[in-house]
Amino acid sequence: MSVWLNSNSRILVQGITGSEGTKHTRRMVASGASVVAGVTPGKGGQSVDGGSGDIPVFGSVAEAVDATGADVSVVFVPPRFAKAAVVETVDAGIPLCVVITEGIPVGDTAQFFQYAQNAGDTRIIGPNCPGIISPGQSNAGIIPADITGPGPIGLVSKSGTLTYQMMYELRDHGFSTGIGIGGDPVIGTTHIDALAAFEADPDTEAIVMIGEIGGDAEERAAAYIAANVTKPVVGYVAGFTAPEGKTMGHAGAIVSGSSGTAAAKAEALEAAGVQVGKTPSATAELMREILR
Amino acid sequence: MVGGPDVPESKVRPHVDLFEYQAKELFAKHGVPVTAGTVALTSGEARAAAEEFGGMVVVKAQVKTGGRGKAGGVKLADSPDDAEAKAADILGLDIKGHVVRRLLITPAADIETEYYVSFLLDRANRTYLAMASVEGGIDIEEVARTKPEALAKVPVDALTGVDEAKAKAIVAEARFPADVADQVADVLQHLWRVIVDEDATLVEVNPLVKTPDGQILALDGKVTLDENAAFRHADHAEYAVEDETDPLEAAAKAKDLNYVKLDGSVGIIGNGAGLVMSTLDVVAYAGEEFGGVKPANFLDIGGGASAEVMANGLEIILSDPQVKAVFVNVFGGITSCDAVANGIVQAFTMLAERGDVVDLPIVCRLDGNNAAEGRRILDEAEHDVVELVDTMDAAARRVAELAAAK
Repeated sequence: MSVWLNSNSRILVQGITGSEGTKHTRRMVASGASVVAGVTPGKGGQSVDGGSGDIPVFGSVAEAVDATGADVSVVFVPPRFAKAAVVETVDAGIPLCVVITEGIPVGDTAQFFQYAQNAGDTRIIGPNCPGIISPGQSNAGIIPADITGPGPIGLVSKSGTLTYQMMYELRDHGFSTGIGIGGDPVIGTTHIDALAAFEADPDTEAIVMIGEIGGDAEERAAAYIAANVTKPVVGYVAGFTAPEGKTMGHAGAIVSGSSGTAAAKAEALEAAGVQVGKTPSATAELMREILR
Repeated sequence: MVGGPDVPESKVRPHVDLFEYQAKELFAKHGVPVTAGTVALTSGEARAAAEEFGGMVVVKAQVKTGGRGKAGGVKLADSPDDAEAKAADILGLDIKGHVVRRLLITPAADIETEYYVSFLLDRANRTYLAMASVEGGIDIEEVARTKPEALAKVPVDALTGVDEAKAKAIVAEARFPADVADQVADVLQHLWRVIVDEDATLVEVNPLVKTPDGQILALDGKVTLDENAAFRHADHAEYAVEDETDPLEAAAKAKDLNYVKLDGSVGIIGNGAGLVMSTLDVVAYAGEEFGGVKPANFLDIGGGASAEVMANGLEIILSDPQVKAVFVNVFGGITSCDAVANGIVQAFTMLAERGDVVDLPIVCRLDGNNAAEGRRILDEAEHDVVELVDTMDAAARRVAELAAAK
């Protein structure tokens, strides 16, 4: 099984003719992912060398889906075109849209997220995320596939490099699926969404959750775990020594129930029965104990 | 968003907080009624502004932090002489680490009632939130805590926004009195345009006042702009003026580096915000063993970690006199470790060419993609100050030890 992405996934890459799009398409193909199409408006009919064969480029997502049956879209288009790209994916009814693009105005993200919610058929991961990988099966995004192989651990993280670090620490066990949800203020898939999916996935035995300071997503995830997750969860939170930031106005302090500190997050997770490691290595060790 | 320690996050998520006078410029541009005002950089300019307005004026510190009233940064003046004196008092004042360099002089408004209204991006619900209260003023956070029913919180759909019906619903929810309801609803619709048309993530008016003659005015304003949207707001460039920046942070910003100055003695360079934050923590833990050694900075050189970026980063860190040892912590994900190692070696060459002598110990930890080759490159370069340690925890311990020994 695995979560949301498997060996049957048929990936299309939006922005495939850009340098990042082409580079990461080749990486995805090299890691065994099935990349069936690319989309770049105005470049329909061209093709891109995917490293092991040409990948057809279409002018629109709808055409690409008609021709190839793509069911995952990975978005590399520049920030100013990202909203339109996601809206196109939603309109085409693609069930999974992974938005790698960094620097999208958050107002655009709030709008395309709402648009996807209204349509109801598309899960968005990201934006500003490394993507999702089910090692040995498929890879949608920029997570290096050679860090780890398949195994029983599910991973969800805001941070890209901490995702890689944790996969590396636990490469002796391997992962069912690793999901980089991204660190933007508005993201399509939350820790809670990923936890629910891992809980339901028979191939996932235990879950690593990585958080960082800011917002209260980890606190809400902790409450969710306490109520809904039966599989063991270990956690890591970065940012204990991060400096006090400036606050602007009263609105933020009023709306966030949490102080947003790493300590508050770790405390909330521990109260929910999650073992929290002090360092990435210590967190990996906690997971090893569980799988032993 | 705000409300906690968010410096690294805010660096990752670029935003611009505006001064009150800038916020009010945007309010006026979008039809939100504001009081007149003049910016003064000196007490003489404050005097001139007071003369121009005549009568009572308010002298207001322009700083990008809250609580300035309580800190003595807002004062009434009854004459140009008095305005000059009050301005002299306030200029140079340190308010929560923000030194006052600008003042806003406004005619004093007669206030009958103070309200509160704001829109902000609500991360938890992944949409916007309107908040409004008829009990505005400096104690609004206290009101939110002790009388939550007095603060209406109404979700705003990102696609449909705030039209007349929505604005009226917010006003009704907050129980504004009938005599001001329509005016406040009108203000809310104009304020929403600041969110949409200016790509703001926060607009707050506290207080929104009713004057004795029944006018509604924004007496203060806070706006946070999303810098990711800068590509469609050329006119926002003028707002990117920092009110107070550490000289090292300014130098780093000039080189496009994601750097935050801290108080410790271990310089930190890493790739990826999460990993760098984690590195700060691991160094601080390890430092507990060595008399409380702490990280000196946050510096994320991003995924690419080119030689030039590495050299620029090292240069900034080595120019911090508090730094006693440096920790380069890189996980080779997309970028392989041999490229990173070459970057470090070239950085030393570039620094030597710039005349910088690297004489502090530098502990490097390279892991991930092609780590063995990366370590070999660093070994072969035979830089005396460079020490390779295999794991993040062990490297943190070693660098803390070296910093403590200096």
